[in-house]
Amino acid sequence: MLLRRVIPCLDVAGGRVVKGTRFIDLVDEGDPAELAERYASEGADEIVFLDISAAPEGRSTLLELVERTARRVFIPLTVGGGVRTDDEMAAVLRAGADKVSLNTAAVLDPELIARCAARFGRQAVVVAIDARRVVDERGANLESPNWEVLVRGGRDSTGLEAVEWAARAVELGAGELLVTSIDRDGTQSGFDLALLEAISARVTVPVIASGGAGEPGDFVAAVVQGGADAVLAASIFHRRQHAIEDVKAAMAAAGIPVRIAPKAA
Amino acid sequence: MSPAREKRPLVGIVDYGAGNIVSVSRGLEIAGAEARLIRRPEDLGDVELLVVPGVGAAAPAMARLEAAGLVDPIRAWLEADRWFLGICLGLQLLFDGSDEDGAETLGAIRGRTRILSGGARLPHIGWNQVERHRDHSTFEEIPDGADFYFVHSYAGRPEGPTAGELVLAETTDGSSFVSAVARGRMLGVQFHPERSGPYGLRFLGNVLDLVRRDAGIEAAGASPVEAGAPAVEVAAPAVESVV
Repeated sequence: MLLRRVIPCLDVAGGRVVKGTRFIDLVDEGDPAELAERYASEGADEIVFLDISAAPEGRSTLLELVERTARRVFIPLTVGGGVRTDDEMAAVLRAGADKVSLNTAAVLDPELIARCAARFGRQAVVVAIDARRVVDERGANLESPNWEVLVRGGRDSTGLEAVEWAARAVELGAGELLVTSIDRDGTQSGFDLALLEAISARVTVPVIASGGAGEPGDFVAAVVQGGADAVLAASIFHRRQHAIEDVKAAMAAAGIPVRIAPKAA
Repeated sequence: MSPAREKRPLVGIVDYGAGNIVSVSRGLEIAGAEARLIRRPEDLGDVELLVVPGVGAAAPAMARLEAAGLVDPIRAWLEADRWFLGICLGLQLLFDGSDEDGAETLGAIRGRTRILSGGARLPHIGWNQVERHRDHSTFEEIPDGADFYFVHSYAGRPEGPTAGELVLAETTDGSSFVSAVARGRMLGVQFHPERSGPYGLRFLGNVLDLVRRDAGIEAAGASPVEAGAPAVEVAAPAVESVV
């Protein structure tokens, strides 16, 4: 039976792990390779590594960091942030990533997804979607909720509807979707379950839930109500509010199959 | 520790632009190998274990192996029953061909690679149980049903009269597929041992132990070098014609 994954996320800027709230107010959380190693030993099922500065001049630093991290962890590593071409994806894979996530560049040039899938296989192509709820002028949600896709780290509107974009990305060759609620990111107020539910019902590839994890119960809800195949979190792990082990125990108690990692030899 | 145990077997990792070379070579080094990247036939030299990693589709992978002049040397390597480990796509390439893109592959195992069916989602990404069909030294000290990491949409199932003997383990995602094979010194796994935590590293270490013991036996001419070492499970190569 395929197990549901718990994935710590390392947002990296300037070579350090940082974490903000709704993509701003960044706080330093430590060294990427060290944190990745700690999470691997604590039972993480995978590590996601996002270069949120994604400045072109930071490219080589990122690749060095990916390689340094990849050499220290023996669980899968997904890397994203600023990848614009299939050649750049090749470089990130060469540095040691198992999967690469595409975000802004895929919105600007959707065929990039197809090119990367053709070259590396769709299982290596993750499309990350940063979605924000569309609200009416009084600030209330519209009758049936919908979400807009934002790019460039939540700075730019695209006019794309998130569920439609998810379906299109999968059609083009995405093998997995990393769905982040900008409204919930860093707030620890729970995942946007309606967003997860809408996307996971629409596509047949695995969906990773992101944005809002605060309590072990949030991970359970992301799977049971949101239909997520994997659940990602950053701040609650960085700040040791909850251990990966405790999150998995809560999931197992709710009947969700999870991996109990063996102690490292 | 016997000298044979301390020796780091020379492992050639085929680098044809289709896989995560960093993690495969790092995993093998941690497990006790000396890793060398293989880009041309001349690189094979004194390699003791040949590893073909890889993810993605079969046709571009075969094209790149062909361009590097490695298809015939790999076929000859397999026919000579030398130590071989195919990981993910590296296992799939051992079959006759792939339904994914119609590619004709190495033909060391009769059968084709087909799309997975029955699971809720595809690709099959994540940790899943490797359920053994029989004992094999490569899984020594790894519990039956241990979780390994998978990331793929296709898998091959051996066909023909000796197919059953090839299958080491299966895994289920809706329906079951073959997740490990062995015939003589040819090993193949659909999961990624280099990304499967402590059990994955243990698996790689077990493979290296087999290579070491085999070399020790050849050097000594007879019995295993290490007293009390488990019997080397190198079955006589199957005689099934696969060409």
